Amino acid sequence: MSLLAARRPAGTGSVQERAADRRRGRTGYWLILPGFVFMLLFFVLPVFSLLATSLYTKPPGADIGQFAPALEFGNYVVVLQNYWPELLRSFAFALVATAAALLIGYPMAYLVAVRLRGRKLLQGILLVLIIAPFFTSFILRTQAWKQILADEGPVVQVLRALSLLPQDGRLTATAFAVVCGLTYNFLPFMTLPIYANLERLDTRLIEAGSDLYAGGFTTFRTVTLPLSMPGVLAGTLLTFIPASGDYVNAALLGNNQDTTMIGQVIDSRFFRVVDYPGAAALSFILMLAILVLVTLYVRRFGTKDLV
Amino acid sequence: MKTTIGRWLVPVFGGLAFIFLLVPVAYVFAFSFNDAGRTNLSWRGFTLENWLNPCGAPAVCEALGNSLQIGAIATVLATALGTAIAIGLVRYRFRLNATANMLIFLPLATPEVVLGASLLAQFLNIGAELGLGTIIIAHTMFCISFVVVTVKARVASLDPKLEEAASDLYASPLQAFWRVTFPLLLPGIVAAALLAFAMSFDDFIITNFNSGNVTTFPKFIYVSATRGIPAQANVIGSAMFIIALAIVIGGQILSHRRARTLAAR
Repeated sequence: MSLLAARRPAGTGSVQERAADRRRGRTGYWLILPGFVFMLLFFVLPVFSLLATSLYTKPPGADIGQFAPALEFGNYVVVLQNYWPELLRSFAFALVATAAALLIGYPMAYLVAVRLRGRKLLQGILLVLIIAPFFTSFILRTQAWKQILADEGPVVQVLRALSLLPQDGRLTATAFAVVCGLTYNFLPFMTLPIYANLERLDTRLIEAGSDLYAGGFTTFRTVTLPLSMPGVLAGTLLTFIPASGDYVNAALLGNNQDTTMIGQVIDSRFFRVVDYPGAAALSFILMLAILVLVTLYVRRFGTKDLV
Repeated sequence: MKTTIGRWLVPVFGGLAFIFLLVPVAYVFAFSFNDAGRTNLSWRGFTLENWLNPCGAPAVCEALGNSLQIGAIATVLATALGTAIAIGLVRYRFRLNATANMLIFLPLATPEVVLGASLLAQFLNIGAELGLGTIIIAHTMFCISFVVVTVKARVASLDPKLEEAASDLYASPLQAFWRVTFPLLLPGIVAAALLAFAMSFDDFIITNFNSGNVTTFPKFIYVSATRGIPAQANVIGSAMFIIALAIVIGGQILSHRRARTLAAR
C-alpha cells in the first residue's frame, strides 16, 4: 500500500498535493545533482574522451606520446587487423569461465539456499564463506593459484605421478590455468545472485513436481531452473563482463604467446608502446562488443526482473 | 539407488566447490608464516617474524598506507554522493529518473579496463598529473554505483509513512530525515560504505591506469609478483581477511540482536 502511494504519478491529486509534488521533485533534483555531476564528469565525459583519443593521429616528426586531434577511423582498422585474435580469445576465455562458474556456482547456491533451508546458522556461515575470498586481496589469491599449480607444486606432482599429466606437462602458463583463474575469481559473482534467487524459491513447487512423478532431474529442469533464470542471467553477466576485460589472470597464470587477453594489449599499448589512439580504439571496441553481446543475451533470455 | 546418488551429488559437489573457493585463502594465510626471506615461493619453515614485523619488506607499508588513505577518502565521497542519489531516485519522481538510473547501472556493466582507459584518456587530454588525486577520483566513480545499488534496496524497503508521521507531528523535513529516515537507513549505508572500501582497497586494474608513480597495495603485489612477493604482503592480506570477517560476523550478531529487541518490544 505504501509503495503504491509512493509510486503515484506526479500531477494527480489536489492542488495542494501537486504543489507538494513539485516541492518534493525539487528536493529530489538537489539530492541526485552532486553525484550526477560527478558521474557526468568522470564517467560519461571520459567515454567521449576515449572516443576522441581513439581517432587521434600522430603528426609526422612528433615526439613520443604527442598526438593531434583528428578523425582517423583507420586506427580501428589497424588495431582490429592486429589484435582480433586477442579480442576473440578474451571472449572465448570469458565464455568458458562463465560456463564453468555456472556449473560450480549453481550447485553451491542450491545447496545453501534449498537443501539447507531452515538451518539458519549453517546457511549464514556458508554465505560468509562464499564472500570470504573477497576479504583478501584478489591478486594475492591469483598468485597463490600460480604457486599451487606451479611445476614443482603439489598438484602437478600428483597428476604426473598418476600419469594424468605427461612428465613434462605443466598447468601454469597455459590457457587452462588462465580459465581456471577467471572461473575462480568471479565465482562469487555467479553464486550470490543465484543464491538470492533460489532463496525465494517456493520448495512446495519442487514437492509438487515429485508428487506428479517427475524424477529429480526432470523437476529441476522443468521447475527449479526456469524459476531461477533471473538469478542465472544476473550471475552470468556479472561473471562474463569483468572476465572478458580482465588481464590479471592472463598476466599471472598465462604465457606470452597463446593466452594474451585484450586487457593486456590495451595496457601495453597505453604504457609500453605509448600508442594512445590504438589503446583507446581497442577499449572502445571492447566496450561496444560487450554492449552488443549483453543486449542480444538479455533479449534472448531476459525477463522483466532485470534492472 | 538413483535417488541416493541424487541426494548426495549436490552436497558433495557443493562441498568441493567451497574447498576450491577457499584453498587460495588458506594458502595466503599459511604462507604468511613462512620463514621465506625475500621470495616466499616455497615452504621453508614456520616463523612469527613476518607477523611481528609486517613493515619489514621495503615499500609494503607505504603501499598499504596509500591504499588505506585512498580507500577512506573514496569511501566517504562515494557513500555521501551515492546515498543522496539512492534516496533521490527512490523517493522522488522527476524526468531524469531513467537517465540517472542508466548512469548508475552502466559503470557496473563496463569492464574495468574500459573504465580505467577512458579516465586515463580524459586525464591525458586535460593534462592532469596522475597520482593520489586521480586514483581517488577513479575509485569514487566506480564505488558510487555500488553504494547506490546497496542503499537503494534499503530505501525501497522503508515505509514512507514513517516520515509522513514525523511531519504530521510537526517535524521539519530536515528533522524528519535526521531523526527518522537516517537512523533506519544507517545499516544499509554502513554496508554500502564497507563494500565501497573493500572494492577500493582491492582494485588493481582501474588503479593501474590512473596511478602514475603512486603504488597501492594491490599494485605493489602485482609489480613484485615477478620477483616474488614478500611474506609481509601475505601478513597484511591475512590481517585484512580477519578484520573483514570480524566485521561481517559482528554485523550479523548486531542485526540479530536488534531484530530481537525490536521483536521483544
